[in-house]
Amino acid sequence: MEALELARWQFGITTVYHFVLVPLTIGLSVLVAIMQTAWVRTGNEKWLRLTKFYGKLLLINFSLGIATGIVQEFQFGMSWSEYSRFVGDVFGAPLAMEALLAFFLESTFLGLWIFGWDRLPKKLHLLTVWAFAIGSTLSAYFIIAANSWMQHPVGAEYNPETGRAEMTDIGAVLTNNTTLVAFPHVIATAFLVAGTFVAGIAVYWMFRRQRQDADHADLPMYRTAARFGALVMILSGIAVIITGDLQAKLMFKQQPIKMAAAEGLCESEQPAAFSILTIGNLAGDDCESVNHIITIPGLLSYMATGDWNAEVTGLDELQEQYAERYGATTADGEEITYQPNLAVTYWSFRLMIGLAAFSAALALGIFWFTRKKGAALPKWMSTLALVSLPMPFAAASFGWIFTEMGRQPFVVAPNPTGSDQVMLMTQFGVSSSVSAGEILTSMITFTVVYAVLAVFWFRLMQRYAVEGAPRVEEPTVRSDDDATPLSFAY
Amino acid sequence: MSLPEFWFILIAVLWTGYLVLEGFDFGVGMLMPIIGRSNKGRRVVLNTIGPVWDGNEVWLLTAGGATFAAFPEWYATLFSGFYLPLLLILVALIVRAVAIEYRGKINDQTWRTRWDYVIIGSAWVPSILWGVAFANLVRGVNLDADHQYAGNFFDLLNPFALLGGLVTLAIFLSHGAIFLSLKTDGEIRERSEAFARKASLVAIVVAGVWAVWAQLAYSRNTWTWAAVALAAVALVGAWFSTVKGRFGWAFVSNAIAIVGAVVLIFGAMFPNVMPALDEANSLTVDNASSTDYTLTVMTWVAVVMTPVVLAYQAWTYWVFRKRLSMEHIPEHNELTFFPKRKTNA
Ligand code: HDD
Ligand code: HEM
Ligand code: HEM
Repeated sequence: MEALELARWQFGITTVYHFVLVPLTIGLSVLVAIMQTAWVRTGNEKWLRLTKFYGKLLLINFSLGIATGIVQEFQFGMSWSEYSRFVGDVFGAPLAMEALLAFFLESTFLGLWIFGWDRLPKKLHLLTVWAFAIGSTLSAYFIIAANSWMQHPVGAEYNPETGRAEMTDIGAVLTNNTTLVAFPHVIATAFLVAGTFVAGIAVYWMFRRQRQDADHADLPMYRTAARFGALVMILSGIAVIITGDLQAKLMFKQQPIKMAAAEGLCESEQPAAFSILTIGNLAGDDCESVNHIITIPGLLSYMATGDWNAEVTGLDELQEQYAERYGATTADGEEITYQPNLAVTYWSFRLMIGLAAFSAALALGIFWFTRKKGAALPKWMSTLALVSLPMPFAAASFGWIFTEMGRQPFVVAPNPTGSDQVMLMTQFGVSSSVSAGEILTSMITFTVVYAVLAVFWFRLMQRYAVEGAPRVEEPTVRSDDDATPLSFAY
Repeated sequence: MSLPEFWFILIAVLWTGYLVLEGFDFGVGMLMPIIGRSNKGRRVVLNTIGPVWDGNEVWLLTAGGATFAAFPEWYATLFSGFYLPLLLILVALIVRAVAIEYRGKINDQTWRTRWDYVIIGSAWVPSILWGVAFANLVRGVNLDADHQYAGNFFDLLNPFALLGGLVTLAIFLSHGAIFLSLKTDGEIRERSEAFARKASLVAIVVAGVWAVWAQLAYSRNTWTWAAVALAAVALVGAWFSTVKGRFGWAFVSNAIAIVGAVVLIFGAMFPNVMPALDEANSLTVDNASSTDYTLTVMTWVAVVMTPVVLAYQAWTYWVFRKRLSMEHIPEHNELTFFPKRKTNA
C-alpha cells in the first residue's frame, strides 16, 4: 500500500476510536453535573450515589479520551504535513483556541473535581464539575469549527504566492453555517449516547434488584436514573433529527455530490425517492448496477430541500459539473472521480439514522414500564437495555464516517459559492517526506496499543457498572493539618 | 518586534511552561520506585501529581496547536521530519495517561505492578526524547530546498543530541525530586531531599557541558551566552538550596534554569525556527509563519486567555498545597476483578 492509503487508514482508525469515547465524555459530564446539582439542591443521597457511580465510569472513559486525543493533535503534522502547510493559516487557529480555551479548562477542573471532594466547599466543588463539562462542550465547538471549514471553507482566500489558503475573517470561520448546524447535531448525539448509557445501566440494575427483592431500597434510585436517562434520550433524539435535517439541507447546497452518493442516485430525479434497501454493486462504485428495492417516494427531495417535489441532481450529471468547474484531470494527467465511495456513504448514512431506533425503543419502554413507582420491568427490557447500550456509539461513528468519506476525494472540499482555489484533494495532503514504511509502523503501533487499551477500558467499565452505585458518606472539608487518609487517592 | 517574532517568543513560553510543569511530572514518574519503594510509598509519590498532571500536559497541546496556527511550515516539517521519535513520545503519553488513571482502579497487586512499569517507562522515554529533539533543532537538520526533512531516523541520534537527551533527563530527575521534597512528608520527603541533592549536582555537570557545546558549536547569536550563564547560575543555585534545605528556592532556581535552557535553545536558532544543515534551506521566523491577520487574531486570544489559565492553574496548586505522607493514603478499597458474586446490597 502507498503512504496515502496507509495515512488514511491510520487517520480513520485513530479518529473513529477517539470519537467512540468523545460523545460519552461530552454528554456524561453534563449529566453528572446535573446529578451533582440535584444532590446539592435537594440533599437527597440518591443523587450523590448516582453522581459517584456515573462519575467513576466517566473518569475511566475520559482518560482514554485524552490519550487518544493527543495523537490527533500531532497527526496532522506527522502524516498530513502538506495538508497542514496548505490550511495551517486558517485551520491552526481553532485548534490552538481549543487547547487554550477548552482543554485547559477541562483538564484542570477535572483534577479539582476528582480530588476536591474533601478539599472544597460543596458549592465550589459543584462549580468545578460544571467547568469541566463546559470545557468538554467548548472543545467540541472549536474542533467542529475546524472540521466544518474543511467541509465548507469560508473566511479564507488562496494566496498564489505562498500556495496556501489564508484566513481573512476569523468571525466567518467561527460562525460558518456548517458549524452552526454540525455542532448542535454532534452535541445532541453526545447526549443521546450518554442518555442511553445512563438509562441502559440503570435498567439493568432495576431488573437485578427487582429479582432480589421487589422492595429493594435501591430501586427508587435506579428508577430515577432510568427515567432521567430516558428523558435525555427523548429530548436529544428530537434535537438530533431536527439538526440532522437542517444539516442535510445545507449539505445539499454545499456538497451536492455527497447527498447523491448517500442515495446511490445516478440520474437526476424529480421528485427523488429515498431508498431503505438496495441491492446491486454499490461497492463497485458503478452506480448503473444499483437497484433500489424499498423506496419512499419524494422523501429524498424533501430531505434535501424541504419540498417533496424538488429535483435532486444525480451523480453522473454532478461528475460532469465538477469536472468542468474543478478540472477533469489532476496536474499529472490522472482522471478525477468526484464521486465518493458509494457503498460507504450509502450504508453509513442509513446506519447512522437506523441504529438510533434502539434508543428510541428503550426510552419509550422505560417511560411506559416505570410510569408507576414500584412497577416491575419485564425481562426483555433488561435485554433491550444491554443491546441498546452500544448502538448510539456506533450510530455516531457512522455519522462521522459518512461526513468524512462523503467529502472524498477532497480533504478540503470546495465551497460552491466561494473561491475555487481554496480546496485540496486528499491525495495532495499527505506528507511527502514520510515513507510508507514509517506510516505502516505507526499505524500498527497505534492499532495494537489502542486494541490493548480497549480491552482494559471495557473490562473496567463493565466491572464498575456491574458493581452498581456505591454506598456514600456525606463529604466534609478537611482541615489543613488533618492526618487521616484522604477520601480519594490514586 | 514583528508579529512572527512575538509568536516565536510565545511558543518558547509555552514550551517553558510545559517543561517546568510536566518536567516534574516525568521526574515523579521516574522516581516512583526509587523514592516511593513500597506500594504505599509509590502511591504517596503518584498522588503528589494526581490532581495536576493532566492540566500540565495541556501546555504541550497548546504549544503544538500554537505552532500549527502561527508557523504552519514549522509544524509540518518538524512533526513529519521527526516522525518516529514523535511516535515513541506519543505512545508514551498515551499509555501514561491511561496508566495513571487505571492503576488504582483494581485492587490487585499484579495489576498495580504492571501499570507501575508503564508509568515509570513512559516517564523515562519522553524525558530523554524531548532533549534529543530539541538538541537536533539547535544543531540543525537535513532539510531540502522545499523545507522538507531529508534525513533519516538515525541522523537524529548524533552525540550532541544524545547528550541533549541526558540533559532533560537529569534536569527532570532533579526537578521531580525537588518537587517531591516540597510536596511530601516523612520518609518519602527524606529520601526525596537526599536524592535531590545528588541529582542537582549531576544536572549541573551534564547541562553545563551541553550548554557550552551548544553555544560554541551551533548558536547563531552571541547574546545567548547570557542564557547559558543564567541556566548555570540557576542550576548551581538549585543545588546550593537543596544543600541548605531550602527546597522552595531550589524549585524556583530549577524553573529558572529551564527558562535559561529554553532561551538558549530558541535563541540559538533565531532567526530560524528550524535551522537546516545547509543554511539556505532553513525555516525562518518569516518564511514559516502565518499571515499577520492570523497572528493578530491569535495574539488577542493568547493575551486574554493565558493569564486566566495561569490563574486557575495556580489556584489548583494552592488548593492541593498540603504535603502528603503515608498516613494520608487510604487503604485499598477498590474492586477486584471477578467479583465473587459480591454486591454492596
Ligand atoms: C465533538 C467533539 C470532538 C471531536 C470531533 C474531536 N475531539 Fe478531541 N476531545 C474531545 C472532543 C472532540 C473532548 C470531549 O474534549 C475530549 C474527548 C474525551 C476527552 O476525554 O476529552 C477530547 C480530548 C482530546 C485531547 C486531549 C485533551 C486533554 O488532554 O485534556 C486532544 C489533544 C484532542 N482531543 C484533539 C483532537 C483533535 C486534534 C481532533 C480532530 C481530529 C479531535 N480531538 C476530535
Ligand atoms: C476536527 C475534526 C476532524 C478533522 C480535522 C478531520 C480531518 C480529516 C483528515 C485530514 C482526513 C484524512 C484524509 C482522508 O483520508 O479523508 C480525514 C479522514 C477521515 N476522518 Fe476526519 N477529521 C475530523 C474529525 C473526524 C472524526 C471525529 C471522525 C470520526 C470518528 C473522523 C473520521 C474520519 C474518517 C473515517 C476518515 C476517512 C479515512 C479514509 O479516508 O479512509 N474525522 N479526516
Ligand atoms: C446517534 C447518532 C446520530 C443520529 C441518530 C443521526 C441522525 C441523523 C438524522 C435523522 C439526520 C437527518 C437526515 C435527513 O433528514 O436528511 C442526519 C443528518 C446528518 N448527520 Fe447525523 N446522526 C447521528 C450522528 C451524526 C454524527 C456524529 C455526525 C458527524 C458529524 C453526523 C452527520 C450528519 C450529516 C453530515 C447529516 C446530513 C446528511 C445529508 O446531507 O444527507 N451525524 N443525522
